[in-house]
Amino acid sequence: MKPLLIAVCAVTLLMAGCSRKSNQPAPLQSTAAGTAIVESSGGKQIGYAGMLLDQPVVVQVNDASGSGVAGAAVYFSGPSGVGFTPAAALTDSSGQVTSTIELGQQAGRYKLLASTRDASGKTIGVTIDEVALGYQQTVGAQLNAQYCVRCHDPESTPQRVSNMDNLSVKPHPFTEGDTLNKMSDADLVAIISHGGPALNKSPQMPPWGYTLSKSDIAALVSYIRAVADPPYEAGGLVYAQK
Amino acid sequence: MKNKLQALWRLFFGDSARAFGSASAILLVLLAVAPAKNYFSEWRHYQKQYLHLIRGRADAVTLERHFQGGIQQIWIPEQQVTDRCTTCHLGMKEASLADVSSVAFREHPVIPHKLTEFGCTTCHRGQGAATTVEEAHSATEQWEQPLLPAKYIEAGCGQCHLENQTGTPFLNQGRQLIVSYGCTHCHTIKQGDGTYITPDDDPPSLRHIADKTTREWVYAWIKDPQAYAGTATMPNYHLNDDDARDVSAFILAQSMPLEPPLQPVKADTKAPADPAAGTSLYGQSFCASCHAMQNAAGMMVGGNVGPELTGIGTKAKPEWLQDWVANPNHYDPGTMMPHYRFDAAQVATLTGFLESKTEPDFVANVHLDAATPEQIEHGKRLVVENGCASCHEINGIKKPENFAPELSRIGSKPLNQLVFVEGVEHSLPGYVAGKVRNPRAFGPSLKMPQFKFTPQQIDAVTTALLALTDRAQTQPPTMRIASVQQTKYQPAGNAGQLMGDLRCFTCHMINGHGGDMAPDLTWEGTAVQREWLTQFLKNPETLRPALIRRMPKFNLPDAEINTLADYMMTVYQTPEFDRDSLPVSQFTPAQVEQGRQLFYSKFACQSCHIADYKNDKGYIGPALAANGKRFNAAWVYHWLKDPQALRPGTIEPNQHMTDDEARSLTAFLMSLKSGGAQEAMKK
Ligand code: HEC
Repeated sequence: MKPLLIAVCAVTLLMAGCSRKSNQPAPLQSTAAGTAIVESSGGKQIGYAGMLLDQPVVVQVNDASGSGVAGAAVYFSGPSGVGFTPAAALTDSSGQVTSTIELGQQAGRYKLLASTRDASGKTIGVTIDEVALGYQQTVGAQLNAQYCVRCHDPESTPQRVSNMDNLSVKPHPFTEGDTLNKMSDADLVAIISHGGPALNKSPQMPPWGYTLSKSDIAALVSYIRAVADPPYEAGGLVYAQK
Repeated sequence: MKNKLQALWRLFFGDSARAFGSASAILLVLLAVAPAKNYFSEWRHYQKQYLHLIRGRADAVTLERHFQGGIQQIWIPEQQVTDRCTTCHLGMKEASLADVSSVAFREHPVIPHKLTEFGCTTCHRGQGAATTVEEAHSATEQWEQPLLPAKYIEAGCGQCHLENQTGTPFLNQGRQLIVSYGCTHCHTIKQGDGTYITPDDDPPSLRHIADKTTREWVYAWIKDPQAYAGTATMPNYHLNDDDARDVSAFILAQSMPLEPPLQPVKADTKAPADPAAGTSLYGQSFCASCHAMQNAAGMMVGGNVGPELTGIGTKAKPEWLQDWVANPNHYDPGTMMPHYRFDAAQVATLTGFLESKTEPDFVANVHLDAATPEQIEHGKRLVVENGCASCHEINGIKKPENFAPELSRIGSKPLNQLVFVEGVEHSLPGYVAGKVRNPRAFGPSLKMPQFKFTPQQIDAVTTALLALTDRAQTQPPTMRIASVQQTKYQPAGNAGQLMGDLRCFTCHMINGHGGDMAPDLTWEGTAVQREWLTQFLKNPETLRPALIRRMPKFNLPDAEINTLADYMMTVYQTPEFDRDSLPVSQFTPAQVEQGRQLFYSKFACQSCHIADYKNDKGYIGPALAANGKRFNAAWVYHWLKDPQALRPGTIEPNQHMTDDEARSLTAFLMSLKSGGAQEAMKK
């Protein structure tokens, strides 16, 4: 009898040891339920692998009339390595939950899920897409900020005024996948290196091939591919929960 | 039960033959365990999986040819690298495997280094020689360096790269924070190349503090510096009310009056300030290039070279403000603030304006009785204990040496030398980040104060600290890329003195010394015409309409302007070419016209520059409408040919012009002689 007892104890201990590792959020006590969950802000950010996103993700649980429901339990989940603080919370008085996100260790696209239960107990959710840049794309992002963004981004910030309005031919923001995804890598390299005329486009796009190195330009291309929305199909890994 | 066991025993060991047979069988099994263990080892499992994966792919033949079974190893003795990671990470060098979802088999993301030259653990840490996932990746009892989490991976780069790199924004930021928050006032950090990290936060001397502010303000400030100015870098010591009372008592008591003493405020300053005049003088003087101030809309506007001025009227005494505005050298000879040549009326206007910027709430609830000698004595003890003199000059207290532990090798600190507390992850990055985030959580009696960092800044500082490893100190010097060190360049003579007084080096770099806020002036004498330089020093016009930070108007008298211009025109010249080597007289109208064509069509310069205020709008680069009055033709020509050769890092693209194109464009640009930007803006 004794060995059996020991064996049972051992197995339970082992299981206890294992279960310590899984960090499922403790279930929350909802006091209300909505009919829909929507993203309020924080989606489609461009972050860096393994790092905190600049902005938190905010989701809102709504009732049938579209106004926020307080006290509904919202759970965040994502592929392994993604951190949510908090991973689960009750909606506040405006029906919202805010969570800071640490992206996974790999560069690529991340699909995150925020879910809640409706009155019938059915799980409803909303996916939130984020981009994590790796080393090469980070180089591209930095070069973009230094050399390109003032013409290619219509938004101004206190540190930099957009120059787009001053151009007679409007460039595209690099997130505009609809246009940029149609260009081949070779075309991108050509227009960045030799300027607009290389592709029979405006000389208002200057040539950078005598200022930036080949690897700089490759980094810019990989950045442009990484941030495209809709995504550039040929490359990039999508991380979603299995 | 017992009977059954006895029966079993008899079955196997009943007689000697049976016993021999059984024992042999057991021995055989035991002997087989060793090879079987090898056969079933984890890495074989990965190699099998990998083969399975590649056999299903289009380029299976090539991939299989590259595959080598058995334990793989990258061995680089001089870097202490013995990495067997590629035993399982088999696709590291296979470009065609970039899309594989398993990290184990995917191609390594593009980096500027070869795996075979640096190995894996140099950047990622972990235990290179291990052949199980657990031992290689995680901390074990014998091996304390687990894999570095991705968010700190730039720490790997920082071991060799002491300079700022494009690809390591967080490492750069972390290093910058360590410098600008003054960590090394208390902690010594000696880098692998023998240089020390020096702070640039410039904490003010407290030797004459009573001339500047009140005890009430000091009390409120040391209780919570960020309550006064969100951008303040001074940390919070979490002093209780009594301690703050006593520290403020001592700080005021040790203060000695300035020599010569401050003058009482003139009557016209005390009169209600004319807000319009004050605002416009503050604007014209470009105080906002360095100082931030909250505007009416609640937005913070301005730079962070000097302190925020939103509540300056609550902080500074009027007589001190008047003295400081007139000549900051009197109060602090080491300040970064230039000595503007304001006349008495301007000093009064600015003093009145600054005095009106108050935050009365900050000191509203501070009521202090006159300090007793015991309180002052206790305050002094606290000041010594907390190491205030590490940063601030204080009468009667010496700067303590090695006040806090040296951090030169913090990135390799053995865990058994660290004390962990509840809530801090048991790892080196966890410990370092925890210390940066909330130092007092490690014990209320610890002296390290609370810095105000965002979570992202904490990660950045942690990254920079984790780069300070044993490897960084001990690797061969050829591996190291040094940081750019400031030179000790100081201009000589009268001009040198003047440039010191005007603090040109706070913003401008000359011969490797100075700030990076404004253009490098090392070759300014080759670039510009003397006439323009004197005009500019007299009345700095707006060169780049899109910039907030601009050259201030110092109100220099003609004699000083001449001294500066003479010096710059003679000394700050490039050895590469002569500024008079391309006389404007040789340009023909045809060349000018051809240059105009090139400007507007082939090179589309108007995207970023304004040649003609009526039509052009581009404002990334400086306006060129008065180019012919500003620059020398030879400079323009050489600039057009290769901008980065004249100013490394400039964002002007090299357009690879022919000599003829560059000459024609120069001819056109030299023909632009309309008024400066300000004049044109007024129209
Ligand atoms: C002076 C403004 C300016 C700068 C700076 C600039 N571009 Fe452009 N770019 C343009 C303009 C204008 C076009 C559109 C040309 C056309 O469609 O005829 C363009 C087009 C492009 C295109 C083609 C897709 C599109 O938007 O139409 C790419 C790719 C591109 N630029 C990349 C870059 C990169 C990379 C940089 C930085 C290294 C950069 N650009 C810097 C003005 C600029």
